[in-house]
Amino acid sequence: MSGISATAKPRLGRGFRLQWEEAQQTHVLLYPEGIVKLNGSAGAIMTRCDGTRTLEAIVDDLERTFRATGLAADVEAFVALAVERQWLEVDE
Amino acid sequence: MSRTSADARAASRGIGPPLWLLCELTYRCPLHCVFCYNPTNMRSIGSELDTSAWLKVLREARALGAVQLGLSGGEPLARDDLEEIVAEAHRLGYYVNLITSGVGLTEPRIRALKEAGLDHIQLSFQDSTREVNDFLSSTRTFDLKSKVAALIKRYGYPMVLNVVLHRLNIDHIDEILEMAERLGAEYLELANTQYYGWAWKNRDALLPSRAQVRRAEEATNRFRERIGQRMRIYFVVPDYFEKRPKPCMNGLGSIFLTIAPDGVALPCHSARILPGLEFPNVEEASVDEIWYESDAFNRFRGDGWMKEPCRSCPERARDFGGCRCQAYLLTGDPANADPVCELSPHHGLVVAAVERAERAANGGAPAREVPLVFRDHRR
Repeated sequence: MSGISATAKPRLGRGFRLQWEEAQQTHVLLYPEGIVKLNGSAGAIMTRCDGTRTLEAIVDDLERTFRATGLAADVEAFVALAVERQWLEVDE
Repeated sequence: MSRTSADARAASRGIGPPLWLLCELTYRCPLHCVFCYNPTNMRSIGSELDTSAWLKVLREARALGAVQLGLSGGEPLARDDLEEIVAEAHRLGYYVNLITSGVGLTEPRIRALKEAGLDHIQLSFQDSTREVNDFLSSTRTFDLKSKVAALIKRYGYPMVLNVVLHRLNIDHIDEILEMAERLGAEYLELANTQYYGWAWKNRDALLPSRAQVRRAEEATNRFRERIGQRMRIYFVVPDYFEKRPKPCMNGLGSIFLTIAPDGVALPCHSARILPGLEFPNVEEASVDEIWYESDAFNRFRGDGWMKEPCRSCPERARDFGGCRCQAYLLTGDPANADPVCELSPHHGLVVAAVERAERAANGGAPAREVPLVFRDHRR
C-alpha cells in the first residue's frame, strides 16, 4: 500500500495503545499480547498521528521541530507501512 | 544497592528488562483440560499470594520496565480481587491482558473489569463443537463460552480467541475458523499443543500426524486469504515436526517473567520442573533482585551454559538452543540441545514420538482409547 494523501488524517489503529516507556526511553506500541518498540523517528511520527492533523501538517511540524527539510517522502513511507500493519488508520 | 548501579551493571551484562510479566494468579480452575501446561503436582504447591503481594509484584516489575501483563492461571476469575489487581495494573501503565476460560465472566464482572481498565480478554475454546469442547475440558462450558464471547464484543474489547490444537480437534479446523469468524474474533491463536505439564502426560494421545498438521495449515492459509485483514491469525507450529527448535521465551531470562500463584518467580511458566535451580519467591526478594541477581534467572542466560552441538552452533544466537524444559523432559538434562533440533543426538526421541502418532493416525488404536489424564488441581 502506498500513496497516503497529504490531506489524510492518520490516527492510531483500533486496539493499539501508544505510550512512552520511561525505563526504556522509547515509545512502544501495545496490542493484545504484542509490543513494538518504536525508534525515535517512528515515535515522533506516531505521536503526531492523532486523527486531527493532516499528513501535510505532521510533516511541517516534524520539519520545524527537527530543523530539517524534505522529510515528506520518508514520513509518507512510514505512515503507509504503519497503515499496512494496522498501527495507523486513515479514512479511505 | 541503588537502582542506578544495578541498572548500569545489568546493562553492562546485556540484560534487558522483563518486558513481559505473566501473573498466574491461581491454579484453581473449573476446567480439567488434558493439554494444560500447569504443573501436575499443583496440590503440593504453597498457598496463593494475597492481594497486597500481587500489587507489590506489579509495582516492582513495572519499575523495571515490564509493560505487557498477562493475568492467567488456572482461571484468574476464581480470585475475587481480580478487579483490584487490574485497576492497579492499569494505573501503573501496563497493557492488561486477561487469559480466561470464560467461566465466571458474568456481565457485572466484565463491566467492572472494563471500568478498572482491562485492555483485552483472551478467551479459550477447546473446539468448535459442544461435544469435543466439553469432552476435552471435562465440563459443560461450550454454550457459556459462546455467551461470554458475545459479552466481550458488547463491551468493546478486542476479541482474541485461543484454541489449543491436537489430534482430537485439529481435523475440525475449518469449523474452528468459521466459529472465530461467526464470533467476530479480531485475533485467533491456533496454538498447537506444546508438551509440558498435563499435555506431557497425555502426549501420545494428543500428538497429531504430520498430514493432520499440514491439512490444518493449508486450511488456515486458505481462510487467511479470504478474510484478509479482518482477523489476525497466529498458527503456532507444533515444534515436534520442525527441524530446528523454537527460540523459547527468546532465551530464558531475556524478556519473560512468570510469577506462579505461590509467588515463585520463573523464567518461563513451566520452568518449575527444571532440576538444580532454586526459584526465588517474591515474598522474600524484590523483583529487581530476582530478575538481575538470582541464579535461577542467570543460569540459562547467554550461551555459557550450552553443551555441544549448541556451543559451537552458528544458529545459537537465533534459537538459544530451544526449550530448556523440553530438553529436560526428553533427555533428563536441561543444558542439552532441545531434541526437536535435528542436530541433537537425542532427536530420535522426537522422531519416535511422531512415528507413534503417525501409526495411531493410520489405523492404529483410535485416539480416544488411549487413556487421557484430566487436569485436577486437587492432585
